[in-house]
Amino acid sequence: MSIDSNEIIKTAKLAKLSIEDSNKDEITHRIAAILDLVGQMQNIDTDNVEPMANSHDAYQILRDDEVFIPENPIRERDQIQSCAPSVDEGLYLVPKVID
Amino acid sequence: MKNLHQLTIKQIRQGLVSREFSVKEITEHFLRRINNLNPDLNSFIKIDEDGALEAAKKADNDIKKERKNSLLGVPIAHKDIFCTKGIKTTCGSKMLSNFESPYDATVVSRMKKAGAIMLGKTNMDEFAMGSSNETSFFGSVKNPWDLDKVPGGSSGGSAAAVAACMVTAATGTDTGGSIRQPAALCGITGLKPTYGRISRFGMIAFASSLDQAGPMTRTAEDAAILMNVMAGFDSKDSTSIKNSVPDYTLNLDKDISNLKIGIPKEYFDERLDSNTSKVINDSLKQLEKLGAKLVDISLPNSPLSVPVYYVIAPAEASSNLSRFDGVRFGYRCNNPKDLEDLYIRSRSEGFGEEVKRRILVGTYALSAGYYDAYYRKAQQVRRLIKQDFVDAFKKVDLIAGPTAPSIAFNFGDKTTDPVSMYLEDIYTIAVNLAGLPAISIPSGVTKKMPIGLQLIGNYFCEEKILNVAHQFQKETDWHTKLPSLN
Repeated sequence: MSIDSNEIIKTAKLAKLSIEDSNKDEITHRIAAILDLVGQMQNIDTDNVEPMANSHDAYQILRDDEVFIPENPIRERDQIQSCAPSVDEGLYLVPKVID
Repeated sequence: MKNLHQLTIKQIRQGLVSREFSVKEITEHFLRRINNLNPDLNSFIKIDEDGALEAAKKADNDIKKERKNSLLGVPIAHKDIFCTKGIKTTCGSKMLSNFESPYDATVVSRMKKAGAIMLGKTNMDEFAMGSSNETSFFGSVKNPWDLDKVPGGSSGGSAAAVAACMVTAATGTDTGGSIRQPAALCGITGLKPTYGRISRFGMIAFASSLDQAGPMTRTAEDAAILMNVMAGFDSKDSTSIKNSVPDYTLNLDKDISNLKIGIPKEYFDERLDSNTSKVINDSLKQLEKLGAKLVDISLPNSPLSVPVYYVIAPAEASSNLSRFDGVRFGYRCNNPKDLEDLYIRSRSEGFGEEVKRRILVGTYALSAGYYDAYYRKAQQVRRLIKQDFVDAFKKVDLIAGPTAPSIAFNFGDKTTDPVSMYLEDIYTIAVNLAGLPAISIPSGVTKKMPIGLQLIGNYFCEEKILNVAHQFQKETDWHTKLPSLN
């Protein structure tokens, strides 16, 4: 299965990545090579084979859905937000979305 | 007594308990060694001198109080994919070059509790995507056996640090071979446990259905000691397994005669270098000498493991890495003109080429119209690959073969052709897809470079793998060979 540069640009848009015009062809060429490699599996008969998402066919273990209020919610929030690029009083700051 | 830096975990613990040396002395010794060697090897992204000396002081006090935690005073390093509170966790990426986690990964907190002294964080391929360490934002790690060669990847920093005796042991993660392949290329022991055996909490996700943490050590016995600390259920990891954890050190000396070891013909194909093949065949003869019976087997779908992996791993990565948006944590571009620009430029400037390539492949495979042909198909073939192992383990106790197709290659050899780099993992990837445990142990040297023997076990049979590896290491001295460094 081959891929052209228009499809790569469309995919990059979905992935929120930019592709420079100057290396558009090289990226396309390399991804096409990966898809060629991947294409080897297309010849295998997989009728009636159940897809496998987890090697133990296990379901995710979920905790009880209970409300948990930390002892000091503001301190905890500030700790978590300390790794954010830009915050103000618990809010994440981003460029203005609505004019 | 050997030099302090050449001691195993077991020997260090003995020396500390008998007060031959203090934790402060060994910590200072290792820090000096790291400071001497790291400028050449680039194994460490961060050396935590202050933290290590402080922990050493506490450990010396604990020893005075007769405390006997299994890693008390042992110098280790964590791959920089494990979150560490108070110390940056970069995952080898510009995206996280300033990221400081508000919590410790479960692996980190368990090892801290066991008394290990963390000397620093090791270098790695960016987001664990690579087999040579050449994709790290912080520059490549050099192979201590030959500085012109790659150490393997993605846990190349950990492998080189253990091989160069900069630490006694290190942690690694293995999504497609990232513990075993660098262990093989650097001449150390590296175990990838059963999927779900060790908690993934606080381990930055690459491909969640494949990622697994494991120990990187000089001996199988040390790997067993680390497994006792690392393994076990964790309610913070939704794919963690509740099975009970054995004492991995108990059965290391068990007799292995009459053990059936399967030799898959697909692991000795034309892609295996002839010198490596000879070394592996000699190792198999050694296992026979120990009483094991070699049985020819076939894993007919295993040649498809690389194609299947390069759908599943990028697909899961594209989903996992969508969290890096320049808003909540990680790199943010300068002066974004709007929100869309912030997302696109932060991601495009923050991720390296290989990471972006895999995000694109994964996004494409999951996009409308292609899901069935790629992702669903790959998950179906994945089941066939697993079934090959299930069938094989009805006939044999373990499977043996090479870890990597050849010795370490030179820098730049495979960087322009991603597919040739991906084929470096032809003998390791199937194990991740099936979720099985496997180890790489030093089994010979060719052209002055080490070679790794891979032993694959059935689910939760890490004990048996470690038993055979330990017996092999009792009869051979490949694991004691060290690179000649100044």
